[in-house]
Amino acid sequence: MQPQHVDTNLATKLDGCFVRRQPLGVVLIIAPWNYPLQLVLLPMIGAIAAGNCVVIKPSEVSAATESLVAELIPKYMCQDCYAVVRGGADETKALLENRFDHIFYTGSSVVARSILQAASIHLTPVTLELGGKCPCLIYGRVNVTAAARRLVWAKFFNAGQSCVAPDYVLCSQDTLSALLPALREALKDFYGEDPYTCPDLARIVSHQHWTRLVELLGKSTGKVVVGGDSNQDDKYIAPTVVVDVEESDALMKTEIFGPILPIMTVDSLEKGIDFINQREKPLALYVFSDESPVVNTVLENSSSGGFCANDGIVHMTLPGLPFGGVGASGWGSYHGIWGFETFSHRRACLLRGWAMERFNVLRYPPYRDDNLSWLRWTTSVKSHCRLM
Amino acid sequence: MSREQQAVVRARRAFETGRSKPLEHRIRQLKNLQRLFTERQKEIADAIKKDLNKSEVGTQLYETLGLEGEISLAIRKLKEWMAPRPVEKNLLTLSDTVYIQPEPLGVVLIIGAWNYPWAVTIQPLIGAIAAGNAAVVKPSEVCVHTSKVMEELLPVYIDKELYPVITGGVPETQELLSQRFDHIFYTGNSTVGRLIMGAAAKHLTPVTLELGGKSPCYIDKDCDISIACRRVTWGKYTNCGQTCIAPDYILCEPSMQDRIIEEVKKSIKEFYTENPKTCPDYGRIINQRHFRRIMALMEDSTTAVGGENDESDCYIAPTVLRDVKREAKVMQEEIFGPLLPIISVSGLDEAIKFINQGEKPLALYVFTPDDKVIKRMRDETSSGGLLANDCLIHYSISSLPFGGVGNSGMGCYHGKFSFDQLSHLRGCLIKKLKMEGVNSMRYPPHTPQKLGWARFFILKNLDLGWLGRMALLAALVVAAAVMLQNYFL
Repeated sequence: MQPQHVDTNLATKLDGCFVRRQPLGVVLIIAPWNYPLQLVLLPMIGAIAAGNCVVIKPSEVSAATESLVAELIPKYMCQDCYAVVRGGADETKALLENRFDHIFYTGSSVVARSILQAASIHLTPVTLELGGKCPCLIYGRVNVTAAARRLVWAKFFNAGQSCVAPDYVLCSQDTLSALLPALREALKDFYGEDPYTCPDLARIVSHQHWTRLVELLGKSTGKVVVGGDSNQDDKYIAPTVVVDVEESDALMKTEIFGPILPIMTVDSLEKGIDFINQREKPLALYVFSDESPVVNTVLENSSSGGFCANDGIVHMTLPGLPFGGVGASGWGSYHGIWGFETFSHRRACLLRGWAMERFNVLRYPPYRDDNLSWLRWTTSVKSHCRLM
Repeated sequence: MSREQQAVVRARRAFETGRSKPLEHRIRQLKNLQRLFTERQKEIADAIKKDLNKSEVGTQLYETLGLEGEISLAIRKLKEWMAPRPVEKNLLTLSDTVYIQPEPLGVVLIIGAWNYPWAVTIQPLIGAIAAGNAAVVKPSEVCVHTSKVMEELLPVYIDKELYPVITGGVPETQELLSQRFDHIFYTGNSTVGRLIMGAAAKHLTPVTLELGGKSPCYIDKDCDISIACRRVTWGKYTNCGQTCIAPDYILCEPSMQDRIIEEVKKSIKEFYTENPKTCPDYGRIINQRHFRRIMALMEDSTTAVGGENDESDCYIAPTVLRDVKREAKVMQEEIFGPLLPIISVSGLDEAIKFINQGEKPLALYVFTPDDKVIKRMRDETSSGGLLANDCLIHYSISSLPFGGVGNSGMGCYHGKFSFDQLSHLRGCLIKKLKMEGVNSMRYPPHTPQKLGWARFFILKNLDLGWLGRMALLAALVVAAAVMLQNYFL
């Protein structure tokens, strides 16, 4: 919250020159269902820290958490400043007709388009935390056991319903042969012989999404080598790995957002990178490799919201890193100070003195040629003059 | 394929070759741009004279001097701006590499305005080039001569595939907007700003909108009115009031009005002579449509100074309007012309209330010797920028972010802010496949003990307090002593 003093030029050396962060006003936070509490509260923390009032719209899909949020927030927070609005698509649409000073949306790109459209009417700035297919390249010399454990954790956490879950794997045929047994081993360690009975494996959030995923798996022409079973009553889908996946496979078309891991083999790292670059920029990009040049090659030749080498998801836990997408995976970022900045206006402030009015003559008309050379000298950046 | 589509496709292909990314390329392009301004001053000034009647010195002062400074700054600092930016780590990632890597976005669309055509069209371009993007430049068709010069000169100096110039009016702009860009940078008014943002929604394209508004100017009764009025006069009538951050109207106590009118009149004479129409340093309204628009604004107010005009020359004299009411026509929209309304308020409280009833402006000016007054203005209002005791010049400080809030815009630029605005700041975590044991606390099966460890490692900010820090220091000293002892024995 402190004013941030900035470099001045010679013409403004004696003035107070700083950036002051101010609240924007009333912020709307629309949260998704996959981490329904976290993705309501995390942006809210930033909005409150920046001094705004907040209207929260939790997801109706995660109905139990929606009720809890609606009940508890008014009990702990000032009800005038922080309100919870419940409802579905119609209520959200009505909410969006109002004017906000910032809209923070986490969810899908389809809905994001209509949010952006609604925001444009009031010239409301937005932050869009969207998704995409987060690729996971496994290449070169690699400790397959460690890689498999981290990959399995990141993929099947929350049954794959994470915006930054590794969506699919790209690797060579040789790596695949070493990877598969390691994946099976890791799955057994984490979820036991029968994942259905394991208390640590999540379920799919709704019947609609369960059906979507089961149908997606059905349409795939790949081979299921792990899992594949499911239970409709319980919205359960086993941790599933599919190989022999082609570029045109159903599993390679849309963001999976479920516990199904397709593995596509590529002949070379370049082909893998090309494949990624032909598609929309994802929210996260993962590379597993013990070879730094491989990691650097992927980093330098791709774009994504965030990048993590040799692990999954954990880059999100570092509040120093801005968390957000680029291109189709989103606009803006938050976490830590980035959240504070997102919900603040950075107001440029210059407090001039009254003295040196004669100095100002340089800029007043009538203009002569020598005005310019003096002005050029005094308005260039301070590092040219070390005396002051 | 339309001309616009072709240009965008070519720019994207050029970007995909990767040639806009290396530091050497960016610096070379920026240096070429610099040469454009040193070598072609005459052509630039001639065109501006025809469009806005600015003198040659005026053109350099207000258009190109700032750009030369920004280009020099970018050239000098680019390596630093492009470098990975390390960030704070938690205990879990202590042995990892964590940083933010700035990256180009891709193809940027820059839509310029007509009032300072070089400044507001090229300044975003500097940021786009510095950030490693390709950029399609669409100068404003309203400044007819300048946009022609831009179309001719830019391809001579900078890469014409990466940075094409597309001239044209509304249909050409709409055609451009139907293409996909990775960022759109627009300078202009809020009506068109809404349309641009709406068009960008289709491709989820992020935008920077540098808009305008009515920038209020509060003159406190205790200030040096003579100096204040000189600065306001300069700020207002430069470029004939056609400046997005021009002081739009004055708020002051009724007793000050006469004095202010007198001082502004004096300053007008000092800057623009008895007959501003013949003064080479006084500009013209850009075209007859805007001339008529501005003249209509004066209709229901009383002229205290000026008022002379000549439609055939698009000339409106520096004008002051007195006893203006809130409902007057001149207060219903951004003036963007040489009319300075004075509105009476009973004091600071009413001024703040008046300002807050309007949309958040791009700039807010307050003239006062009293820090308390400045503090109240600062704390009780919002605006793109705030300037006490002068006008316009916060624009020239590259280390200040220049941009609006609310109706006056979104995003900001100048200096490093331009670079950051047109980059993607990618969060990067580079780990090794070692120390796998540490990870076990996060893997299933999940237990409360594991949660305890996770809490410790992730929420690393242990506030030990003074006693704790002393204890830690003592422990470290003991450990060091033990180690040294072992080493020497």
